[in-house]
Amino acid sequence: MSEYILGIETSCDETAAAIIKDGREIVANVVASQIESHKRFGGVVPEIASRHHVEQITIVLEETFKQANVTMTDIDAVTVTEGPGLVGALLVGVNAAKGLAYAHQKPLVGVHHIAGHIYANRLEKEFEFPLLALVVSGGHTELILMKDHGEFEIIGETRDDAAGEAYDKVARTLELPYPGGPKIDQLAHAGEANIDFPRAWLEEDSFDFSFSGLKSAVINTLHNAKQKGETFKQEDVAASFQASVVEVLTEKTFQAAKQYGVKQVIVAGGVAANKGLRTAMQDKFQQEKEMELLFPPLSLCTDNAAMIAAAGSIAYNQGHRSGWDLNANPSLSLERYARRSALER
Amino acid sequence: MNVLAIDTSNQLLGVAVSKDGEIKAEYTANMKRNHSVGLMPAIDYVMQQTETKSDQLDMIAVAKGPGSYTGVRIGLSTAKTMAWTLNIPIVAISSLELLAQNAHVQNILISPFFDARRGLVYTGLYECVDGQIQVKQEDQNIVMEQWLDELKKYEQPVLFLSQDIVLHEEVIKERLGEFAIFPSLIDHLPRPGQLALMAEAYDKENVHELTPNYIRLVEAEVKWLKEQEKNG
Ligand SMILES: [Zn+2]
Repeated sequence: MSEYILGIETSCDETAAAIIKDGREIVANVVASQIESHKRFGGVVPEIASRHHVEQITIVLEETFKQANVTMTDIDAVTVTEGPGLVGALLVGVNAAKGLAYAHQKPLVGVHHIAGHIYANRLEKEFEFPLLALVVSGGHTELILMKDHGEFEIIGETRDDAAGEAYDKVARTLELPYPGGPKIDQLAHAGEANIDFPRAWLEEDSFDFSFSGLKSAVINTLHNAKQKGETFKQEDVAASFQASVVEVLTEKTFQAAKQYGVKQVIVAGGVAANKGLRTAMQDKFQQEKEMELLFPPLSLCTDNAAMIAAAGSIAYNQGHRSGWDLNANPSLSLERYARRSALER
Repeated sequence: MNVLAIDTSNQLLGVAVSKDGEIKAEYTANMKRNHSVGLMPAIDYVMQQTETKSDQLDMIAVAKGPGSYTGVRIGLSTAKTMAWTLNIPIVAISSLELLAQNAHVQNILISPFFDARRGLVYTGLYECVDGQIQVKQEDQNIVMEQWLDELKKYEQPVLFLSQDIVLHEEVIKERLGEFAIFPSLIDHLPRPGQLALMAEAYDKENVHELTPNYIRLVEAEVKWLKEQEKNG
């Protein structure tokens, strides 16, 4: 008999629900985006995000079940993002998941949002271990080593801004409309990387990242130019900034992949949709015949619930269960989440 | 008719199950704790005590605010999803009106309120007519002193109901003098059982359209609207 897993995701500004079959097949995947309502504020306003979630949640669930043509009776487990994310936003998903699971007496499984981003790839291709995941988004820049399902070891992470955060801040400096990240990617393709922005390699053999220096360098360069009455082409600034980010991400990921002798390299998170990053990674890994480079399809890069259900299916099969007292945890650590799952097994 | 009632809109966590108009189980915790942790275990408890299976529920009643934004959302997310998935009606009742139910006294005005910081309160004006609590002034977010000046014009005794009574007792006495009535402590706590009993007589909500009654706009929205005005 097939396994059906329901996933719910409300950690930021997308209200999402999905149903997947046997851990890897999407049956329904519904995302209600709030980008339009946050645009005028130039970023996500947490309280507004939470208000939207509570308005959307049953509508999104209904659409999901309609598309999937199954009922709660068919569902084996209800899985939900318990963190990290905006606490008020997470709470709507967590409590909706509890309501559903309780009403039908189904198992409830809390899922780590980043585990979800990584498992988005498993909806396309089966994992082969060890694998290395580069997770890049507005809130995260992490290199994660996985030796098996449900095992997550962070071998590198940002010490200040996330890559996506740097994108947003530079976009704001360039006065690009929100969300600025994709816009920079677009501009970069029309420009030339002719400004020499710094690359933060940190200590040799460190897989950590740092993007705040780069961000400041961009802001200072623009500021100084303005005072001297000089101007840079927006396209060139975007291209030069992107070149710096992409080079560091690609190089560090490559070094880590070599050092740990991984079979697969997965790029995940919102910034995985970045064309500059995709191209650079593909070029870098082209020669590596024993390593497979994987990107999730664009629709699964940004927040969605199919990825939560995919990670949730593994957790469910490994015996992880959440209690009725499940809470939202805005700063849930991936390693703690992994350890806890291991303990419950 | 089996009704499950949920109130997480303020400090008190309350759930109850009623059967055919009779309260069968009622649970409250008046701790400053996260309702997200406590709510579902509390629901499970009253359901078990009353030997009610979720598919035997006929209606869900929820307190829709005003109150803590997060608290109200925890209650509504749970109540909406349960009502939707069980395909049963949902009823949403003002948290202030629920509190006003604690004062079934004729010929006085009832002012339940929740402190909203910076001298503001969420409040409304209610009265008991032929044993029924009726709204006299809609729920609102107002400066307490201004509210008291409005109440003074009625020249009638006003009963104040609030867990935050100590924060405002002095100014109430100062403005209303002997017109101010303070009941015994237990009457300041909303009863989830009351919520369950009230539900049957209320209009059913469309579950998809049901939203909390925050009363207040989000601060960022207020700022944005002001700027729009300035820029003409
Ligand atoms: Zn994400």
